[in-house]
Amino acid sequence: MELDAVTSKVLAAIDAGGFQQEGAYNLRYNGQALCHGDSEHIKIKKKEGKPGIDVFISSGAQGEQVHIPVVISKSGMSDIVYNDFYIEEGADVVIVAGCGIHNSGCNETRHDGVHAFHVGKNAKVVYEEKHYGEGEGTGENILNPVTQIDLEEGAVFTLDTVQIRGVDSTQRRTDVDMGPGSRLYVMEKLMTHDSQEAVSNMEIRMNGAGSLAQIVSRSVAKGSSRQTFHPNAVGNALCKAHIQCDSIIMDQAQVCSIPEIDARNVDAQIIHEAAIGRINTEQLLKLRSFGMTEEEAENVVIDNFLH
Amino acid sequence: MLEVRNLTYEVVENGEKITIVKDIDFTVGDGEMLVITGPNGGGKSTVAKLLMGVLKATGGEILLDGKPIQDMDIDQRAKAGIGYAFQQPPVFKGMTIRRLLNLAAGEELPEHVCCDLLSNVGMCAREYLDREVDATLSGGERKRVEIATVLAKSHRVCIFDEPEAGIDLWSFSMLVKEFEKIHSRKRETLLLISHQEKIIRMADRILIIKDGLVKECGNAKEILPMLFGEGRECACMGRKGGQIYGTGCGNE
Repeated sequence: MELDAVTSKVLAAIDAGGFQQEGAYNLRYNGQALCHGDSEHIKIKKKEGKPGIDVFISSGAQGEQVHIPVVISKSGMSDIVYNDFYIEEGADVVIVAGCGIHNSGCNETRHDGVHAFHVGKNAKVVYEEKHYGEGEGTGENILNPVTQIDLEEGAVFTLDTVQIRGVDSTQRRTDVDMGPGSRLYVMEKLMTHDSQEAVSNMEIRMNGAGSLAQIVSRSVAKGSSRQTFHPNAVGNALCKAHIQCDSIIMDQAQVCSIPEIDARNVDAQIIHEAAIGRINTEQLLKLRSFGMTEEEAENVVIDNFLH
Repeated sequence: MLEVRNLTYEVVENGEKITIVKDIDFTVGDGEMLVITGPNGGGKSTVAKLLMGVLKATGGEILLDGKPIQDMDIDQRAKAGIGYAFQQPPVFKGMTIRRLLNLAAGEELPEHVCCDLLSNVGMCAREYLDREVDATLSGGERKRVEIATVLAKSHRVCIFDEPEAGIDLWSFSMLVKEFEKIHSRKRETLLLISHQEKIIRMADRILIIKDGLVKECGNAKEILPMLFGEGRECACMGRKGGQIYGTGCGNE
């Protein structure tokens, strides 16, 4: 299927690896599945009774990818989608999601994506989710992702979320239940500008013995934007967790970081760190000594911090 | 040629004017090596920062090839051909050494060039290229990376502020060889702030700064005997284990 220029541009922004109509994929466009394909080990089925898809990933999937981007180019649209992922024991898969809004009108455009992952024993999942907004319109772009992850014994889940620009408001909710020996790696990167607002709430429940979670959040707040981070690691068993929230604050922005740790077992080892600060002047001076202007040096520091 | 005339830097603290350096004068010819030495807290690093534009002079002139640069910003001075190794380099969380070298060079360097740059400052390149310039590197490792960033590009004038600080003896001898190599090419003017005898002995010209003032300035033949006891002693300096120190300033 031929995609128009706007869709292709938005897809390029949210799917760095390049969206292709081959293998397992599903492109949701303005609230409808525009095109989709299955592979031998990954089957995508449209939900009945509510919008969204069920993605079945068999244990035969080893190193495979599935791309399920969402593009909205209709100003004023409010889209909600429920996607469920069933990953069989031992599968090894990369799921590339993300949502991009091109808003050329004056109306609020919104996408709420509710994603649930049921990850079987010893399966390995990398989930990449990029959020992006653009367009010459004045309407707000709103993205509210909800991510629910259930990890069985020995499963490994990497959650890589990025919100770079153009999203006026986001309310992010992530809930994870971890079985014995499972591992979770979260890397959340976020940049807000102008008067944008971002809230990220996360609860990681380490229920199984030997579970391990590492949550890293890095953000840059510019203009008069506001950010709130509230990751909570709950240790219900012998487990280890490390939460790290680092933010660069600029201009008149506001950042609130509330890492919470909650040990409910004597063998739970949970650590948190949080730091908010302006761009390091010495880093800027060093980069300027290479011949960069102040603005170029700032961009390098931010780019480096978020990548 | 780099000419410095009446270079002065004053700050106001609690309503009181404090002179950090005053009326510093010197000239370094093309391809020459000038070492600035003197007691801690005497103003050497301030002079280096004023030359690079990290600090702005409150008086005097800095001329590069006859053109005044004292009003230029740090990036403009870099573009004019001045390279600068900070005494205490910053950490860059998330930035690999390879990327920092590329940024310093202003281009993507081939891997073997990055490796050579690190090897020349005594680092095993393969182990370090993809490491981050963060707190996991020791002070000495960061310092050597800092020096490599200046060597990543050719400059008219290279300024190194205490390149020996925090570096082990083996790496220091590699560094000395590198400075000797650069100096022998006579393509770049070298200006080093140093207390190390080995470095000071390489200099064509030596400047001694104490209490913000030039105490002595001359060619190596004139100044070395004052520093290392081969002739008359310089009144403001002492010597200990290959390094020279200010005397009577309380910082030794």
